[in-house]
Amino acid sequence: MKALKKVIQNLDPKFEKGGKWEKMYPLYETLSTFLFTPKHVTKKGAHIRDGVDLKRTMFMVVIAMIPALLFGIYNTGHWHYELQSYLNPEQYGAYSDYLTGFGDKVVYGLFQVLPLVIVSYGVGLAIEFIFGFVRGHGLHEGFLVSGMLIPLIMPADVPLWMVGVATAFAVVIGKEVFGGTGMNIVNIALTARAFLFFAYPTAMSGDKVWKSGTTDVIAANDGILPDGASGATALGDLASFVGDAPVVAGETIAENASSAELIQKFEGAYDPLHAIIGMIPGSVGETSMIAILLGAGLLLYTGVASWRIILSFFAGGFVFGLLMNLIGANAYMDLPAYYHLIIGGFAFGAVFMATDPVTASQTQYGKLWYGFLGGGLAVLIRVLNPAYPEGVMLAILFMNIMAPLIDHYVVQANISRRKKRFKTA
Amino acid sequence: MSTTEEKVKAPKEPLFSKKNKRLITDPLSDNNPITIQVLGICSALAITVQVEQAFWMSVSVIFVMVFGNLIVSLLRNLIPSRVRIIVQLVIVASLVIIVNECLQAFVPDVSEKLSVFVGLIITNCIIMGRFEAFAMSNKPFPSILDAVGNAIGYAWILVLVALIREVFGSGKIWGAAIFGNNLPGEESGLYALGYVNNNMMILPPMALIVVGVIIWIQRTRNKDLVEEH
Repeated sequence: MKALKKVIQNLDPKFEKGGKWEKMYPLYETLSTFLFTPKHVTKKGAHIRDGVDLKRTMFMVVIAMIPALLFGIYNTGHWHYELQSYLNPEQYGAYSDYLTGFGDKVVYGLFQVLPLVIVSYGVGLAIEFIFGFVRGHGLHEGFLVSGMLIPLIMPADVPLWMVGVATAFAVVIGKEVFGGTGMNIVNIALTARAFLFFAYPTAMSGDKVWKSGTTDVIAANDGILPDGASGATALGDLASFVGDAPVVAGETIAENASSAELIQKFEGAYDPLHAIIGMIPGSVGETSMIAILLGAGLLLYTGVASWRIILSFFAGGFVFGLLMNLIGANAYMDLPAYYHLIIGGFAFGAVFMATDPVTASQTQYGKLWYGFLGGGLAVLIRVLNPAYPEGVMLAILFMNIMAPLIDHYVVQANISRRKKRFKTA
Repeated sequence: MSTTEEKVKAPKEPLFSKKNKRLITDPLSDNNPITIQVLGICSALAITVQVEQAFWMSVSVIFVMVFGNLIVSLLRNLIPSRVRIIVQLVIVASLVIIVNECLQAFVPDVSEKLSVFVGLIITNCIIMGRFEAFAMSNKPFPSILDAVGNAIGYAWILVLVALIREVFGSGKIWGAAIFGNNLPGEESGLYALGYVNNNMMILPPMALIVVGVIIWIQRTRNKDLVEEH
């Protein structure tokens, strides 16, 4: 390490202003600060010094996402082979058990998920580099996290070029337009997902994308899914409860079934324990609540994420879930409130998306409101608008835009409270 | 009441003096009605899904604008200033009706697609804006030039946005497929390789983003346009 430091220190003057490789300074700065803390020190103002800079903060988030990524890789592999077991019972019959064929599932998942990570990082970092050179600064750290978040919130089967296009769109329109890292208004990774969701809906929603290889299975089976197989997620099934033909795990249920029956069927197909462990189909990293909470623990321990936002986000979802139970106009509204928190991307959104320090509320009270309303809105969108089975993405994007407004009112309330105290004194 | 007073005649301006030329060229780029003044955005969002619609919309706006500016300029000394908005509205409404009838007669299918947006030219901010800001206080000839400049400035942005949206949103230019056939089951060209049309391009928000990117490029090229803050 010391030798490396010496090498870099010797190179330093060549990249400084007037040096031989002055133009390459952004590249040099990026690579050197990856290894060592920057040599610049705060010149005025701030009195608290800390070795933790943005790059290290961001890295903590990436580390926190690793459990979700690893679980996502395995889960992707499992659901691929689960579908194969319907098509080819002799060879893969046992694979529908979650732990059978561990090696095969890991290998398949790796081949499916790693390209997503590579494309997301490759495209995003390339664009960041271009903007860095044009604007004369090093690579900004913000994309370290976004680049990992993007693959985790995609269905494993999404075509790679779409991930590339969405990443490019999100980085340019979501971030660079506003001035780069730290200036964005909405979450970058969610911008990429929202772009894909609206631009290529067939690759991002429906019942053919959540289990890797579904389209191949359909093609091999005369254009339909094999008997008993299902490609939908829990949320997709729930959204069908509102319509005329409720479906649970591929099984169509009689139209006149009572909501209690529907909920019972649903609980049979998506056991709460399975949902918490993550043994349900969904986007790569969103399924396992345990893996996500492991990451959340690290983020909270290191103080990177705000516990106020995470807690109030869950609280908001739960309270609005209870509200829906009170109304109880259809089967979806009767879903037990805690279910909302463990299926779909709710936990992932609460821990990794809503806590994004750039786009969340900044004030302490504001964070509570921001999280609470975000979680509540997510449940509202899920239940009241079956066209968008997953409301978390839209809810967080909406709250990102509302965050400055919340902060404004929190600050104003504080001012008027102090004014009142001044008057009475 | 001296009769000896002679009318001081202004020196005659050449037909296309520098000032008059600027009336046309300014709105094309540095004072573009859409990208700089941010007027007429509503129609830029609504009818830029296909180039054909955008083209006919542009033609209609050019017609309404040129004749409207001319008529308002001719009448500018007769219009009482208290009722000028009503008079301008009557003029623009009559012209829009003429345009609408012509479109219905000669290009009925386009007219059907444009539907209400032809009628809404009446409320197009650019038109009323030019009446108020220019035609009411200038002679007919410069008014025509101003109208041509602004209308074409509006038109080229409209057609450009429509071109981008049609190419990426439906894979066509003026209705002609350019990336191959995308019917399910018989894909050809790019679609056979897995390309999919971008559905978001067809949605209005993307028009706003495309216009925003054009503004961004324009401001990067010409730093004078960037406001200080």
